[in-house]
Amino acid sequence: MTSLSFLAAADASGLWETLGQYTLIGLTNGMLFALIALGYTMVYGIIELINFAHGDVFMLGSFLALAMINVMTGRDWDWSDPQMLWLGIGLLLLVVPLFCAALNVTIDRVVYKPLRRAPKLAPLVSAIGVSFVLMNVGLLWGGAADRHFPDLISRQNLLGDDAAIGFTAKDLMVVAITVPIMAALTVFVKATRLGKAMRATAQDPVAAQLMGINIDRVIALTFALGGALAGAAAVVYGLYINTVSYQMGFQNGLYAFTAAVLGGIGNIPGAVLGGLVIGLARAFGSGYVGERWTSALVFVILIAILVFRPAGLLGARTREKV
Amino acid sequence: MSNTTAPKRFPMAWFYLALLVAYPLLVYPENALFRLTEISIGMQLTYIFIYAILALGLNVVVGYTGLLHLGIAAFFGIGAYITGILTVPAYPFQVGFIAALVLSTAGAALLGVLLGAPTLRLRGDYLAIVTLGFGEVTRFTLRNLEEITAGTRGLNPVPPPQLPGVLATPLSWLGIQPDWSLDYRLFYYLALGLLVLVVVLLTNLERSRLGRAWVAIREDELAATCMGINAARVKLSAFALGCGLAGMAGCLYATTLTSTAGPDAFDFNRSIIMLCCIILGGLGSLRGTLLGVVLLIGFDNVAAPVLDGLIQGANINPNGNPLLTFSNWKLLIFGVALIVMMRFRPEGLLPSRVVEEELVGYAPQPRGKLLRAR
Repeated sequence: MTSLSFLAAADASGLWETLGQYTLIGLTNGMLFALIALGYTMVYGIIELINFAHGDVFMLGSFLALAMINVMTGRDWDWSDPQMLWLGIGLLLLVVPLFCAALNVTIDRVVYKPLRRAPKLAPLVSAIGVSFVLMNVGLLWGGAADRHFPDLISRQNLLGDDAAIGFTAKDLMVVAITVPIMAALTVFVKATRLGKAMRATAQDPVAAQLMGINIDRVIALTFALGGALAGAAAVVYGLYINTVSYQMGFQNGLYAFTAAVLGGIGNIPGAVLGGLVIGLARAFGSGYVGERWTSALVFVILIAILVFRPAGLLGARTREKV
Repeated sequence: MSNTTAPKRFPMAWFYLALLVAYPLLVYPENALFRLTEISIGMQLTYIFIYAILALGLNVVVGYTGLLHLGIAAFFGIGAYITGILTVPAYPFQVGFIAALVLSTAGAALLGVLLGAPTLRLRGDYLAIVTLGFGEVTRFTLRNLEEITAGTRGLNPVPPPQLPGVLATPLSWLGIQPDWSLDYRLFYYLALGLLVLVVVLLTNLERSRLGRAWVAIREDELAATCMGINAARVKLSAFALGCGLAGMAGCLYATTLTSTAGPDAFDFNRSIIMLCCIILGGLGSLRGTLLGVVLLIGFDNVAAPVLDGLIQGANINPNGNPLLTFSNWKLLIFGVALIVMMRFRPEGLLPSRVVEEELVGYAPQPRGKLLRAR
């Protein structure tokens, strides 16, 4: 990822400064992965489907954000004015998640819902199919080459120009957007009636339905929430990484899925923890092992976790029901 | 399981085989266009045979045994690279084709076992992810170990096999030139011959004790274990055979292409396309798998470029509009095909009888029914 190499090159003189810098980069990137991972984990928690298309919903979200920025710039939106800038980002954070939520719910309705009682392979293969379709839509929309995403937020170091560790306005933006979203999600799932219904459905759909929960609505809500989180992540990703391409959904989707599995799939705090760990692993990997090995490293971690602790870091070990 | 013999189960098999054997030997009009079409179709058929071996390997793992393997392309690539390392002039080995074929098959099978041994106890979708992850790790490793694999350039030239002397006379009767680079028909028959061998092997395995154990595991692992089947061993054998066949296909691929191709020829998309082939044809069905390969690889390698050429030739698209380039719609077509198949014909076009019976009871459900409680 471009920003990783960019920041890793920042002059951090001592050993500890370097370590601190990588940790900071890792945590910031990890927040992003966590946001995408939440969508995977929530959907898996409810219907036990690895939603391969999730990463591509995220990708289309970032294309929409890019298109909106281009239109707004064309209409003389003044991005250099801080007020207009935050207003614009607010607008993006409203429209793109709505779009992604609607897209995700539509996919569920059209493709997955008819397969609820099919053997497990059927929805999984369909999800791969949806992923291909969305990727192709992205290819036709944005072209095969990487697209530049406007660099709207300054790279100025908030800790002072000659501080040993860089923490830029961009990094702050990531934290300022992702952390409240995750907090809101936790409150929603833990404290509201609908959140309770979601948890009940995840635990046992039949029993939940017997208790009068409309599980179709709960599932749709889950897809909507997951999509919205992916949309928010898409905006943040575009503003932070500044490059989008039709293939990024697959790559980032895999990282995010790894994060979800790492934390214990179906487990919401687990996904956040997993995202942070993946972010850190990538940052340290590109800092100490070499940038080109980072992706391989992430997958090696994934395989190791699945082999030695399939339930993930926070997941409870469940026995297969017969 | 029926006890009918192979020719009865595939009444048309001999006919198709005869057609494929005869195709390059027929005399075509000496018209330049005809000649060119014959050669290019013959060359594409060679690749279709190779991919058919790959798909049959995947079918052993996914179709018979029901283990979702999303990284078959990695084993295809491992086979190709083992062949490359063992035969290219840059390395001192230069063992020749037969040894390379055996070693890449064995090497891929061994890696399959190494990957499978710790992971096969995982639940279905977790196994899918592990194989996917392994596929990606393999691709990155092939790309990054530049000192060994030459990075994105790939290893070349992979030399053609040595023709045994006894074949010289029959070849000259048939009018085939004894030079691999001049006459596509040598590779054509080599690939066809190996494919037939694999099909014969699998037809027999299908009805053997091991083949029935694979299917039993797919149908119900617990019940199969209760019947005294050693699930771990049976699954591992399916994994080894499937990955081994993939490695064999990889060796053929590298030899035919005279290069290992770059690591990106063995990416996730390749795995998915092979999976699409066997799903389209019918999981666990030999003839279905072959049909799926012909349809999908034919579409991918033959129909799509031809359509692209037609669109270009007809001058519909003078400005290079990407929406009018047919290849840009390929993923969409693959994706829709997968979705539609899963919805309306999950058993595939030519399903195996067992799978069909299993899936007949499953029809698209009316709305608002209960979730399947696992």
